[in-house]
Amino acid sequence: MKPLLEVDNLCISFGNQATMRHVVENVSFHVHAGESLGIVGESGCGKSITSLAIMRLLGGNSRVSGQIRLNNKELLSLSENQMRTIRGKDTAMIFQDPMTSLNPLLTIGKQIGEVMEQHDNLPRDEVKKCVLELLTRVGIPRADEIYHEYPHRLSGGMRQRVMIAMAIACQPLLLLADEPTTALDVTIQAQILDLLQKIRKENRMALIMITHDLGVVAEVCDRVMVMYAGQVMETADVRTLLRTPMHPYTKALMMSRPQSAKENRRLNTIPGSVPSPEHFPNGCRFAPRCDQVMPICYEKTPALAPAGEGSACRCWLYDENKESKEVLV
Amino acid sequence: MNASRPLLEVKGLQKWFPLSRGFLQSSRFVRAVNNVDLIMRKGETVGIVGESGCGKSTLGRCILRLIEPTDGEIWFNGTNVSSLSKQAMHKYRRNMQMIFQNPYDTLNPKHRIRKILSEPLIAHRVPKEEHETLMVNILERVGLRKEHLERFPHEFSGGQRQRICIARALILGPELVIADEAVSALDVSIQSQILNLLQDLQEQMGLTYLFISHDLSVVQHISDRVAVMYLGEIVEMGDKQSFFQKPLHPYSQALLSAVPKNDPDENRERIILQGDLPSPTNPPSGCKFHQRCHVAMEKCKTEAPLLKEVEGRQVACHLYA
Ligand SMILES: Nc1ncnc2c1ncn2[C@@H]1O[C@H](COP(=O)(O)OP(=O)(O)OP(=O)(O)O)[C@@H](O)[C@H]1O
Ligand SMILES: Nc1ncnc2c1ncn2[C@@H]1O[C@H](COP(=O)(O)OP(=O)(O)OP(=O)(O)O)[C@@H](O)[C@H]1O
Ligand SMILES: [Mg+2]
Ligand SMILES: [Mg+2]
Repeated sequence: MKPLLEVDNLCISFGNQATMRHVVENVSFHVHAGESLGIVGESGCGKSITSLAIMRLLGGNSRVSGQIRLNNKELLSLSENQMRTIRGKDTAMIFQDPMTSLNPLLTIGKQIGEVMEQHDNLPRDEVKKCVLELLTRVGIPRADEIYHEYPHRLSGGMRQRVMIAMAIACQPLLLLADEPTTALDVTIQAQILDLLQKIRKENRMALIMITHDLGVVAEVCDRVMVMYAGQVMETADVRTLLRTPMHPYTKALMMSRPQSAKENRRLNTIPGSVPSPEHFPNGCRFAPRCDQVMPICYEKTPALAPAGEGSACRCWLYDENKESKEVLV
Repeated sequence: MNASRPLLEVKGLQKWFPLSRGFLQSSRFVRAVNNVDLIMRKGETVGIVGESGCGKSTLGRCILRLIEPTDGEIWFNGTNVSSLSKQAMHKYRRNMQMIFQNPYDTLNPKHRIRKILSEPLIAHRVPKEEHETLMVNILERVGLRKEHLERFPHEFSGGQRQRICIARALILGPELVIADEAVSALDVSIQSQILNLLQDLQEQMGLTYLFISHDLSVVQHISDRVAVMYLGEIVEMGDKQSFFQKPLHPYSQALLSAVPKNDPDENRERIILQGDLPSPTNPPSGCKFHQRCHVAMEKCKTEAPLLKEVEGRQVACHLYA
């Protein structure tokens, strides 16, 4: 079966000719209907801009190339008008910060209602009924009162649920969720992850979950893509990735979680930090921070090579011809 | 000096914020912190956990008197600091410092690190000739270097900025540090660097930490004891090991069961809490948790349970009556 979303060789750069910075390079991945893909990686590795590129929401100083096919439509060649009909209806996004994406001047009911009116030609009272149903469905208590409230009067967890209600209002085929629970505490996080799973099953919705929390990945994702400095480092199904990670970066991420520390011992760390795009090193971008680095890693960029069923890994450790290449360098 | 005297003792601390809606309703309050007792010994780390809005930050701020408690006493090293005048309190504050969540908001972007670090020194009238040595020493302790003094906050990464915040909090040599979500905004990798740093500094400088966080795995790693807050009150407090092995309060149980799994096939019974934290303006009668509790009894609706010793811990729940 053909995937719902096919992203091929996505490249994103910012700035004009003189100051051009390539921030995301040759990212490719597919997501099927009903499937959920996790995108993980440290801050600044390109997770959010990858999803913004899919929504065609990157600003004017950006250049995007490659292919993004959603449901057989090539999104990069659509006009802004055509794109507007796709947003909300075919694909919707939950943004990192709910407060910046809710309109403070509109009541909750109005905001969600507007999204519905844009796409489905429903009469007014129908819309209100749907909105109330939706609010109840995302677990908002006293939906009929909250309907008339303004965003600033709601708690963080309630706002996040309003965002989800808005995103699923038109039953999108694909939902992009950018750190939807990072700002929330565990009990509300558990409620929201539960809710997303339920909606995914009921509507056969595809989900892209951006997070730096591997626990969230274990909780909701079928497959995982690990990004570092604008590149895909490893992809695998969730069990393979969490149980037998291949890439030293994936291993390092898992090891630095507090859960991985022995009783009262020091935590494992990844030395240094993510380079900014103007300082991406030559060769493997993770090499300067890698604990298994080899001479070749500083010289040549490893390819993202297939590694077993549905898995791929970008690392010289797994390259059979490594020896001969090392001689070449 | 009495060796067993606690470094900090909080007795019956209350913070009620008046609601600002019209004068007629001025008798309504947000009960952010209600009757909290807390004892901390020198060198230990106490973790405070609980849902957003349960009063963790308010408790921390009241202890430092960054906001004035409505009622209760705060004893620090045998002195009742809650009765001190503003000036006398200012002198005490060099012994008690706070590290905040967001390093972006708390560092003035227009100031060089030199200025940021010298502010507390000037405020506490540390002789000028000592400034340079103190600043360089503390920067090196947090893993930065002398030349960083001349830079601006935006020239640092998120992790480095949090190191600067820690340096600023520690430069006067405090005994008690209240860390309010100090690592919550950081990536796992940077988070582990900062947690290691906090633990190293604790050993080197004999620090005592009140560590506020909604991340239970972080609290589990760093704390000696844990206190769980619900709607302004401590509902369970005890030794870390036994708490994480067997939480007693139904709210603690729900909290721990909500932590994400480590593996997709991990089988764990999850207690999903219904609804949100009730409004602290109009808290439920009886046990404040009873409407969301999975084992609530008739008694819980009317009678508020008190903190009692159960299995070497303090728990406020009728189950253990
Ligand atoms: N409008 C922009 N102009 C220039 N550079 C940008 C722009 N937006 C993002 N970047 C850069 O692109 C890189 C990736 O940013 P992105 O927001 O995708 O990171 P992220 O992986 O989502 O991180 P986080 O976990 O912090 O949200 C960063 O180096 C960032 O500085
Ligand atoms: N200055 C204030 N005026 C009125 N109400 C306040 C004020 N500060 C806090 N509150 C209220 O007191 C309660 C406790 O807030 P507090 O910030 O201490 O919670 P918290 O546990 O730190 O939450 P979070 O995890 O979200 O930081 C909340 O209901 C909050 O709305
Ligand atoms: Mg992001
Ligand atoms: Mg707080």
